[in-house]
Amino acid sequence: MPKIVSKHSLAMRWFHWINFPILIIMTWSGLMIYWANDIYRLGWGNTTLLKFFPQSIYDALHLSYKLAEGMAVHFVFMWIFFLNGLLYVLYTLFSGEWRELVPNRNSFKEAWLVVLHDLHLRKTAPPQKKYNAAQKIAYSGIIIMGLGSVLTGLAIYKPVQLWWLCELMGGYAFARILHFILTIGYTTFFIVHIIQVILAGWNNFRSVVSGFEIVQDGNEKKSA
Amino acid sequence: MKKTTRHLFANYSKTSVEYKAAKKTLISFTIFITLAIVAVFSWRWLWNQPFDNGIQGGIQKPFRSILNLNEKVFGNLESAGHLAKTYPVSEAAKRVRVNGNIGLGNNFDATKWKLQVVKSSGDTAYFTIEDLKRLPKTEIIFNFKCIEGWNQITWWGGVRFADFIKFYHLENESSMKYVGMTTPGNEYYVGIDMPSALHPQTLLCYEMNRQPLPMNQGFPLRLIIPVKYGIKSIKRIGTIFFSNEKPPDYWFERGYDYYAGL
Repeated sequence: MPKIVSKHSLAMRWFHWINFPILIIMTWSGLMIYWANDIYRLGWGNTTLLKFFPQSIYDALHLSYKLAEGMAVHFVFMWIFFLNGLLYVLYTLFSGEWRELVPNRNSFKEAWLVVLHDLHLRKTAPPQKKYNAAQKIAYSGIIIMGLGSVLTGLAIYKPVQLWWLCELMGGYAFARILHFILTIGYTTFFIVHIIQVILAGWNNFRSVVSGFEIVQDGNEKKSA
Repeated sequence: MKKTTRHLFANYSKTSVEYKAAKKTLISFTIFITLAIVAVFSWRWLWNQPFDNGIQGGIQKPFRSILNLNEKVFGNLESAGHLAKTYPVSEAAKRVRVNGNIGLGNNFDATKWKLQVVKSSGDTAYFTIEDLKRLPKTEIIFNFKCIEGWNQITWWGGVRFADFIKFYHLENESSMKYVGMTTPGNEYYVGIDMPSALHPQTLLCYEMNRQPLPMNQGFPLRLIIPVKYGIKSIKRIGTIFFSNEKPPDYWFERGYDYYAGL
């Protein structure tokens, strides 16, 4: 007998769906700022494997000559990004939902088995509750990354007034690199997340909008 | 054959799990899509707001209000008189990056240059570079930060703006909220809040790497203000004036933050 089981609280769904467009706006405005001094690349010496970013990307997204616009958008929407993240962390702490999210000492070993299972290299996945071990690591890691973006962001936003933070983040130029790498991290997370959501199917996706999922004979299903 | 109209719930009894799930799904997705549409229209509304002060190429008014709020939030942190970190001479760049040449035209006659200071009485006081060099010299080696995102440790020398004010008894003037500075031909101009101008590391600067300023660094006199982005460190100061209103600012008019503090 299928059952309707509530899965994601209303608060979690709000935090998730507010964060989605805000992160896009922050990334987009961040790219407009980065364009003005786009010096990062993958490579060594005079060899460049990948330039961040090729002109075609700036052209496709209309990012050139928009530093002022980028800064204005970035320093306005940073508040929503920060407050939404802060409220999310407070909510998980006070609701007790952190217990489902924070990895334990078995999680790192189990996460590997989950990855092998997802890649169809292993038949069974380790038993799980709401989130599997890989999800716990990913969803906790993204919060640490969010904190990292706030701290490195503040370090390059107010390097004189918050000089101690700037030093802690490895100095002005290094904090800027970290801030950039974290954004590449979000983009990677986003792509993997979308693939996982598509693979997990409709019942799972619906639960992030409606809050409930349909569970067959008492077994909770996998979620992305 | 009887024609039946099928609808979403047709096959389900009203107590079935499928019926309940379909109903809940429909309601929640209706709300979800409605909110998504509201979000898109809010963004478009924001983007179509008029620019501040009707300035050509400024930024939308709601953005400006939040940027001004940011100035209040983060500007207050500065009250402790934070100094920008300084570095040893060995770390100072030999080849100093040049960025921006607005107001540095080729037909500049250095022999005729004098610093003009508009006093609150309406009179204008004139100063030669020797007048400034007679005042105590302050040197600073700091990490110069351009709003574009690059930074460079550079070495400057000059007279503290605060010392200049004190020596020439411009206290009436410096009790106002802002100081404005322009190039001799008014091509480039900045407005600076008085606390930042009077910051002990703010220099009326005439030396770079212990040599007179090069032409492309604003010979004979420029501002060095380490608590701001480089856009405020105006090259080749022609006129200094004081005001309780925000003086015009070149990059502010082009959409940048007025405060531009670090």
